[in-house]
Amino acid sequence: MPASFVPSASDYLRILPEIIMTVAGTLIMLIGPVLEKKKSGFSILTLGAFVAALASAAAANNNPGVSFSNMLIVDGFATFFRVLVIGVGILTVLSSSQYLRREHAEAGEYYALLLFSVTGQCVMATANELIMIFIGLEISSIATYVLAGYLRDDKRNNEAALKYFLLGSFATAFLLYGIAWIYGTAGSTNLGDIRTYLMTPGPQRNLVLASTSAALMFVGFAFKVSAAPFQIWAPDVYQGAPAPVTLFMSAGPKAAAFAVFLRVFMTAFEPITPRWEGFVWSSALLTMIIGNFAALTQTNIKRLLAYSSIAHAGYVMVAITAHSQIGVAAAMFYLAAYALMNIGAFAVIAHFSRQGERFVNVDDFAGLGWKQPVTAALFSIFLLSLIGVPLTGGFFGKFYIFKAALDANLIWLAVLGLLNSAVAAYYYLRIIVVMYMQEPGEATNTLPPLGAGIRTTLWAAALGTLILGIYPSLVLNFATSSSVLVK
Amino acid sequence: MTLLDVVIFLPLVAFLMVLFFPKESTGGIRRFSLIATTAIFLLSLGLIGPYWFSNPGKWVFETNVPWITSPAIRYHVAIDGISLWLVLLSTLLTPICVLVSWRYIQKRVKEFFAFLLLLEFGLVGVFCALDFFLFYVFWEVALVPMYFLIGVWGHERRIYAAVKFFLYTMAGSVLMLAAIIYLYTQAGGTFDYVRIVAGLQNGSIPLSKGEELVLFLAFFIAFAIKVPLFPLHTWLPDAHVEAPTAGSVMLASVMLKMGTYGLLRYCVPMFPNAARTCAGWIATLAIIGIIYGALVAMVQPNMKKLVAYSSVSHLGFVVLGIFSFTQQGFDGAVYQMLNHGVSTGALFILVGFLYERRHSLEIAAYGGVATPAPKLSTVFMITMLASIGLPMLNNFVGEYLVLQGTALVNFRWTVFAAIGVILSACYMLWLYQRVFFGRAPDDVSHPMADLDLREYAIMLPLIVLMVWMGTFTQSFLPPISASTNVILGPVDARRDVHVQHVAPGRPVIAQAKERADAR
Repeated sequence: MPASFVPSASDYLRILPEIIMTVAGTLIMLIGPVLEKKKSGFSILTLGAFVAALASAAAANNNPGVSFSNMLIVDGFATFFRVLVIGVGILTVLSSSQYLRREHAEAGEYYALLLFSVTGQCVMATANELIMIFIGLEISSIATYVLAGYLRDDKRNNEAALKYFLLGSFATAFLLYGIAWIYGTAGSTNLGDIRTYLMTPGPQRNLVLASTSAALMFVGFAFKVSAAPFQIWAPDVYQGAPAPVTLFMSAGPKAAAFAVFLRVFMTAFEPITPRWEGFVWSSALLTMIIGNFAALTQTNIKRLLAYSSIAHAGYVMVAITAHSQIGVAAAMFYLAAYALMNIGAFAVIAHFSRQGERFVNVDDFAGLGWKQPVTAALFSIFLLSLIGVPLTGGFFGKFYIFKAALDANLIWLAVLGLLNSAVAAYYYLRIIVVMYMQEPGEATNTLPPLGAGIRTTLWAAALGTLILGIYPSLVLNFATSSSVLVK
Repeated sequence: MTLLDVVIFLPLVAFLMVLFFPKESTGGIRRFSLIATTAIFLLSLGLIGPYWFSNPGKWVFETNVPWITSPAIRYHVAIDGISLWLVLLSTLLTPICVLVSWRYIQKRVKEFFAFLLLLEFGLVGVFCALDFFLFYVFWEVALVPMYFLIGVWGHERRIYAAVKFFLYTMAGSVLMLAAIIYLYTQAGGTFDYVRIVAGLQNGSIPLSKGEELVLFLAFFIAFAIKVPLFPLHTWLPDAHVEAPTAGSVMLASVMLKMGTYGLLRYCVPMFPNAARTCAGWIATLAIIGIIYGALVAMVQPNMKKLVAYSSVSHLGFVVLGIFSFTQQGFDGAVYQMLNHGVSTGALFILVGFLYERRHSLEIAAYGGVATPAPKLSTVFMITMLASIGLPMLNNFVGEYLVLQGTALVNFRWTVFAAIGVILSACYMLWLYQRVFFGRAPDDVSHPMADLDLREYAIMLPLIVLMVWMGTFTQSFLPPISASTNVILGPVDARRDVHVQHVAPGRPVIAQAKERADAR
């Protein structure tokens, strides 16, 4: 093939979503100082950019293939995650503007950072090559570090951002080191080339070096998805960051990190599965146990949901351990369901917490069920879905993951995981108990009505959760058809 | 779309309609719930149709349409002679519970009746589902409204009781879920009950002895928690005591039957070898439950707790009947499920009436009730006698059949179980004596009101059923026997069939039959 480094038109079409979001983000930065007065314009502009990016991401799927000299790939898997993270972006914008106005902090940078972060996640979803993965991860992470400390006068925000940044950089270094090792071993950073190298027996194949590289990269990814034993940062950061940012962090960056995790370990490192399976197995179990048992005693609801999000990462790790096509599809479905129910839960918290996030204890929600029945009912749907009660997306996701695990003969992991989900029922139920079985307190009595943005988020997330639970075929069939990562 | 689909989904429709009622129109919500549930009951009577003149002996009102394509999950429902009566029990008790709660529930009326209707949806569905996934969905759907009924409208320790109830059931059911998924894989990608049972019995779904035992236990523990079988019963007294009357009634009369129904419908026909292997242990636990429940009931100072422990005792009979693997035992078990639903439900309602009058569940707070309230006392006495197992009343028939069935297998079991019958007479008669005879406590000034029209309307159908089921058993038993006979086939105790594990592909049952014939 003659070396042509001039990108073609289809190359650009395949990264149109990223282009749109980058342009919109830069534009917001440029006109920010001019539009000092009309701040609501930013959120509308951001929403428009996200919707356009969503449409172009969906359209790009009609013409799948690689672009930019095999560095990026647009396939069903990439489309699934691009649509997911852009969708997360839309719901984040909807639940942010009211919160930012309340904190007197609505400014262009917030939306620009959000756009950049989602751009990075889209790059991660489409990356076909380790350096692109690294670049996408950095674009996404750096924007998220800043977002975590967005309210710069708030001590908790500062703590969250600093912790997230220091630990995150450290983890990224591991990832980069792993990339260097595999490049030194296989002579390429392309996932397909690495796979070919590992599958070709011969004296030049060095499995020890490749496994070391896989281990180093596992550290980097496990940190990003908050899997044990690299989950320590998550509770502090989730608790300290502004509620809409936590909403975003727990859904978007996590889904994108799982996307690259899946892609790297299902393609490049798939030939050496026996060498990493044990690690992922123990990490999955440990993640579920730490997340669920630590959540049992939490009183702060953001921290509780942070531990719950660790536990849910553990369930997805179970799907990765299964390392099968159905496992990949199960992980994809679960991440979509999880994003919806978690966004819903955090949107309720963003609405409920009031200025300065005063009301973030579980007990503050006392009597919400009778003061704002609709909010509480929607919150209950999200919580029941997080427990995994049938007719919600969370149940079907869990069902599908444990089915993948049992198909892969991971019987003990499946049984222990299911028992874990019974433990988890306790702390989610506690929130429902407080909402419906206790008398309203100060926090609920002074609660203002739902704003339009958050209401839209809640209804959209609840509807999505129920659709995924009652008619999962819609998403499941797409996930199954696009779960073949090795072409 | 069959009549059964209508009966399953009407409660859901009614539930959604109640959600649109304004919160303040409590009267309208009450009336609507009563009309809706009564209409559902009357419609469900139509389900008897095919059983009126003959015994189809197979599934009727069957609907089997795909729901989710991959994995293959189907909406497959149908009823046989066992499900028929359990569905009718559920649809009969829901309007009764609406009437029971008519005045008792004063706060959050809309939500209460909404949850009651959602509960009916889940319960009816559980008894009709013939797809494992669908069954699991209904099983869990029934859990959520009951959790709220206990937790929101219950007594002082309601939250503890509600959470305990939820967690116990959840812990059991996740194991069942694992077993269901495993079966799905083994069966080559189907959740269909009929196909899986057939496959397991003719050997086309091969299971090793160990696999069968583990799968059996996974199902069994989930059902045993629900029954509840000793020693997994500890959630029950808490849940019953704290629940509002309607919650107690639905819990005791219908929800506990989910467990025994599951044992009979799933555990026994799917894993006959494991069931036979464990039968001795399970029967022992059942007998311990019968005697222990009765003894604990005897010393309870709290009426609701007394009835709750009597449930543990009565349900022990059902489990014992099932694990005797005889026709009489199976028939008695199913009959006893219905009997317990009617008579214990009635007891809980009557205890609720007493509570509404004197706001206490302590036996010590009562005494001499028979003088001011003779009608209430009479109704209570009939119910109590039915619960003890007096001939001509319903429980006698069930208990007799169970005892006869166990006597065919192991006479010692019969002896121990019969002690439970005697003990039930002790605690019930003693309860009646302390509450209705003697002198009222000194601090009670106002006399106790007798039954009013609404309360008569509640009790009348139950009393009629107690007598009817005790005298004209032929109205109920033939469909039950026809269906239990099908389940009994591969596990019959008296045929001395030892279903053996053979290489996959060889019909196991046929081989076993040959051997039985050769004897």
